[in-house]
Amino acid sequence: MKAFTYERPASIADAARLAAERPNAKFIAGGTNLLDLMKLQVETPATLIDVNRLPLDRVEDTSEGGLRVGALVRNADLAAHPRVRKDYAVLAKALLAGASGQLRNRATTAGNLLQRTRCYYFYDTSMPCNKREPGSGCSAIGGFNRIMAVLGTSEACIATNPSDMNVALRALDATVETVDARGGSRTIPIADFHRLPGDTPQVETDLKPGEMITAVTLPKPVPGTHIYRKVRDRASYAFATVSVAAVIGADKGGRVEAARLAFGGLAHKPWRVAEAEAALVRTGSADAAADAVLAGARGYGSNDFKIPLTRRTLRAVMAQATRA
Amino acid sequence: MEMNQPIGRTPLDDRPDGLVGRPLDRVDGPLKVTGRAPYAYEVRELADPAYGFIVPATVSAGTIRAIDADAARRAPGVILVMTHENVPEQGEKKEQVWPQLAGTQVRFRGQPVAFVVAETFEQARAAAMLVAVTYDRSKPKGLLRENLAAAYEPKPVNSPPDSALGDFDAAFAAAPVRIDAEYTTPVQIHAQMEPHATIAAWDGDRVTLHTANQMLNRGQKSLAAVLKLPPENVRLVSRYIGGGFGSKLQPLPEATLAALAARVVRRPVKVALTRQQEFSVGTHRTDTIQRIRLGADRDGRLQAIAHESWSDTAEGDGFFETSANVTRSLYAAANRVTRHRLVNLNVPLASAMRAPGEAVGQLAFECAMDELAERLKLDPIELRVRNEPAEDPEKKVPFSVRQLVPCMREGARLFGWDGRAAPGTRREGDWLVGMGMSAAARLNPLMASSAKVRLGPDGVLTVRMAMTDIGTGTYTILTQIAAEMLGLPPNRVRVELGDTDLPYASGSGGSFGAGSAGSALYVACDNLRKALIRAGDLNPDGAVFRDGAVTSGNRTESLANLAGRTGMEEAGEIKPGEMKAKFSQYSYGAHFAEVGVDAETGEIRLRRMLGVFTGGRILNAKTARSQAIGGMTFGVGAALMEEAVTDPRHSYYVNHDLAEYHVPVHADVPAIDAVFLPELDDKANPLKSKGLGELGICGAGAALANAVYNATGIRIRDYPLTLDKVLKGFEEREGQAQRRT
Repeated sequence: MKAFTYERPASIADAARLAAERPNAKFIAGGTNLLDLMKLQVETPATLIDVNRLPLDRVEDTSEGGLRVGALVRNADLAAHPRVRKDYAVLAKALLAGASGQLRNRATTAGNLLQRTRCYYFYDTSMPCNKREPGSGCSAIGGFNRIMAVLGTSEACIATNPSDMNVALRALDATVETVDARGGSRTIPIADFHRLPGDTPQVETDLKPGEMITAVTLPKPVPGTHIYRKVRDRASYAFATVSVAAVIGADKGGRVEAARLAFGGLAHKPWRVAEAEAALVRTGSADAAADAVLAGARGYGSNDFKIPLTRRTLRAVMAQATRA
Repeated sequence: MEMNQPIGRTPLDDRPDGLVGRPLDRVDGPLKVTGRAPYAYEVRELADPAYGFIVPATVSAGTIRAIDADAARRAPGVILVMTHENVPEQGEKKEQVWPQLAGTQVRFRGQPVAFVVAETFEQARAAAMLVAVTYDRSKPKGLLRENLAAAYEPKPVNSPPDSALGDFDAAFAAAPVRIDAEYTTPVQIHAQMEPHATIAAWDGDRVTLHTANQMLNRGQKSLAAVLKLPPENVRLVSRYIGGGFGSKLQPLPEATLAALAARVVRRPVKVALTRQQEFSVGTHRTDTIQRIRLGADRDGRLQAIAHESWSDTAEGDGFFETSANVTRSLYAAANRVTRHRLVNLNVPLASAMRAPGEAVGQLAFECAMDELAERLKLDPIELRVRNEPAEDPEKKVPFSVRQLVPCMREGARLFGWDGRAAPGTRREGDWLVGMGMSAAARLNPLMASSAKVRLGPDGVLTVRMAMTDIGTGTYTILTQIAAEMLGLPPNRVRVELGDTDLPYASGSGGSFGAGSAGSALYVACDNLRKALIRAGDLNPDGAVFRDGAVTSGNRTESLANLAGRTGMEEAGEIKPGEMKAKFSQYSYGAHFAEVGVDAETGEIRLRRMLGVFTGGRILNAKTARSQAIGGMTFGVGAALMEEAVTDPRHSYYVNHDLAEYHVPVHADVPAIDAVFLPELDDKANPLKSKGLGELGICGAGAALANAVYNATGIRIRDYPLTLDKVLKGFEEREGQAQRRT
C-alpha cells in the first residue's frame, strides 16, 4: 500500500470539491473492494476522501412512486428495506446473492456500482493488464479466463463486472444521480453508466473526474415475478459465472406479456438486450430470447461454457417464472 | 517403551467411563475465543520487533540480472533490504528447508528474491514494492501433462515408489471385466486460516523463533543446518497454531529470512506471508495424473490391480505424491502393480497436505471401484466386501484391526443406502439426486516422542513436551490422558507444549500426533504412578488413582502428600518397534454422500454426508468428530471446487487468493455427520488409538463424485467436478438424443 492523504469532508460539496482539486483522489465508503486493491497496489490513490459520514444513507419514496436510495445505504440495509423486498424483489435477491453477510453490512450502494472486476490478472501487478496499466496487454486472452466475458469484449480486455446488484438495477432501469465540484448535478441511466472496454478498459463508467454519486433512483415498480438466478461454483460467497435478473409478467394462462432480462457475468457491464425481451414476449421461448442475448458471443477457452450456460440458465428462469 | 508387543490391559481399560473418550470441551477454547491465545505473529515476548516483507520472484524460470534496491532502501522506515548480494552465509538445504536468497537462479515464481525490513509492517510492504528486479527469463515448464516424457522414478520417501506382485499384465489381459481409466487431481492449497508467520530474535549465538510450525524438533534441525548452528542453538516456539494441514511440517522461507535478518539488524524481526504469497512462497499439494486398471472375474473378485501416478514438484526438491501407496493394502488381488513417477517443473514446492497420498489416491481409486461395480451391476459395497483381504495383500502380514466392512454396513444402514436409485433416474424438482459411497483408509504411523510430568506439592500435574496443537485438540486430549492416569480432575493438569526447550515430541502431522505424543505421556504418567506407589510403599496390585489420591487395599494417600515438598517428576518415551512391520495398521472408514445436480445449470450441491470410521480408542468424542467432519469437508472441496489453476505461459497459479480459490463455505456443507465404531488397537500404541486427523478426507471426495454419477449418469474423472464439466456431459447427451430423433 502506498502512503496516502486521508480527508473526511463535512459536506457533499466539500467532498466533490476535494475530489476535483486533488490529483488521483478516490472516495472511500465501505472500502470492501478499494482497500484490497490498495494493499496490492492495484489502486494507488494519493488522497482518500472518506464519505462515510455524509448524509447519503437514506432510502426515500419518490413523488413518481419510485424509490431513491442514498449512495451510502449499505447493501444489507437495502436488501432488508420493506419496499425493496415488496416492490423491487429482484434487487433484494441480487443483493443477498452477493458477497457475505459481513461484507454486505459494510458495502454501499455507490461502492457496489463502482466495484471493479475480479479478473485474476488485474489483481496481480506482475502481470500485463490493460485495465491496470493501459497498453501493457491483456493476460486473460490466451490465459485462464473462466470468469471472463463472452459479450462486448475487445482485444484490450475481456473482464466482467462482478456485481450482482448492478444486474438487478439494469433490469429495473435505475438511474444514477451525481454531483460535481461546481455544484452541478445530473442523472445517468444505468444503461449508460457502465462502459464496454473498447480500447480504454481503464475507463469503466461514465463518471467524470471528481464527479460523486449521491443516489440511485428506482422508477415506479414493475409488476411481475421477480427472479434473480445466480449460477456459481459454490453455494455462497462466489461471484457469478452467469446470473439473470428477470421481471416476468404473465397472464393467467402463463403467457408472457412483459419481460425484463439483464445478465451478469457475461460482459464488462450488466447485459440487457431489448430484442431478447421482445422475442420472449413474442414467442414465449427462452431459447429465442437466448439467441438474441448471445448474438455475437464468443468464448476465450476456459469460459466457453458460459455460452451454453446462459441459454440453460434462462430456460431455468423461465420455467421458474411460469411455475410461479 | 518400544512397541514390540501388543498392549495388555491398561489403566485406560479399567475405566471405560473415565475421562479419556469423553467429549471434553477444548481446554484452550476460552483463550482462543477471547483472543488471548497468542499465535506466532502476535507474541509479545520479544520487544520492539522490526517488520519483514518478502519480495517474491515474478518470473518462474531464469536468473536475476540485477536488483535495484536503492529506492526501497531510501523509503521511510526501511532498516534493511536483503538480497543475494548481502545475505549472510548459509548452510546446505535440509529436508525442504532451502537456503534463502542463495543466488541468482530463479526456479519458480514465488521464490524469495529480496527481504525488506522496516519499522512498521506498512513501511516494509510499501518498500517491498519498490525493489526493482530484472531477470533473464527462460521458458518455464509449467504443466505436468506436457512434461511426462521427462518423468523419472523418484527416490523413496518412507516407502519405495514402485511395487509389484504376481503377473499383472497376464492377469489383466485374461480378466473378463476390465476398467482402464485415467483420473486427474489438481493443485490444491492448504488454505489454513493462520498464514505462515515468524518472529525471530537472537541472544548471542542462539536464535529463538516464534513460528507457526507443526513439527518443532524437525524444524529445529533443518533450520540449524541452514543457519549453520548446532541444533541446540535454535529454539522454536509454537504454542498456538491456526491450522497447518501439512503446510507447516517444516519451516518456510519466512522463518529462515526472519532469522537471518534479525541477526543483521540486531533486533527481533517478524514476518507473515500474505494470503497471496501462501500460494507460491508457500507450498501446495501437487496435481496428479493417475491411471487405474482393474481386472475382475464376473463375480467381482479382483484378479489384477494397477495404480500408476504422476506428479510434479520444483526442480531439486524430490517430494512426490504417494497416491498409490494405499492401494497396496486396500483390496485383495493376486496380481498387482503400483508405480509413482515425478516430473520437475518450474512450480513452487510441493509438500504434504492432509493425507498426502491417500487423499488423491482414493479420489481416483474409489471412483474406479465405483465404475467396476457399475460395470458388474454389483452394489459398490458388495464389490468391496467381495475383495476384502484376509491379510495385507502386499506386505503379507495380518491387519492389526480392520473394520472396513462393519463401517460400510453400518454406514449403509444409517444413511439409507438401500434407497439409492439407478443412475440418472431420481429427480426432485430441478434437481437430479444421487448417492455415492467410498471406502476410506489411512496409514497409522507411530513416531518417537517423549514427555515429562511433574506432580507439584500442590497436587497439580504439569505436562511438558515439544508437541504442538495445530487446532486439533492436542492440549485437551493430553489433559484427559494425564488426568485419567493420575486420577486428577482436568483442572489440576497443566499442559505445556510448543517449545523445543521441552522434551522432544513427534509434533503434529501424518495422523501420528495424538497416538505418539499421547503414548509418551501415557508412559510418563505410568512411571509417575509407579513412583508414587513406591513413595507411599503401597501395594501396586489393585492400586486405584482417583480424586487426587491413590488407594490400595485399605490405604488411601493423597498424591500431593506423596509428591512431597519438592514434588515428583518422571519422564516417558515411546518408540515405534516391531509391531510396525508385523502388522498392517490403518484407520478405516466409509463415506456416504447425497448430492443434487441442477438439471439445467449443472451446479452440484451436497445435500447430506455421513462418515463411519474406526480409529482405535477415541480419545475425545468431540475433537475426534471435529477432525472427521473437517476432513470430510476437505473432501467436499476436493470433489467440487478446489483447484489452483496453472497458467502455463507464466507457470504460476492464477487464482491465488481465497476469493477465487474456492474452499467450501458453510452453505456447501449442510447435514454432515461422523460416527465412530467401537475399537481398540493393541498393536498401535499403549493408548490403543489410531490417527484420525486425515482419515476424514480419505475417499470423501470420491463419494461425492460417485454420487454425481449416480445422479446424472455422467462420469467425470477430472477433479474438481465443476459445473462446466457436468454441462459438457449434458450437452453431449442432448446432442446424441437430437441426432437420434
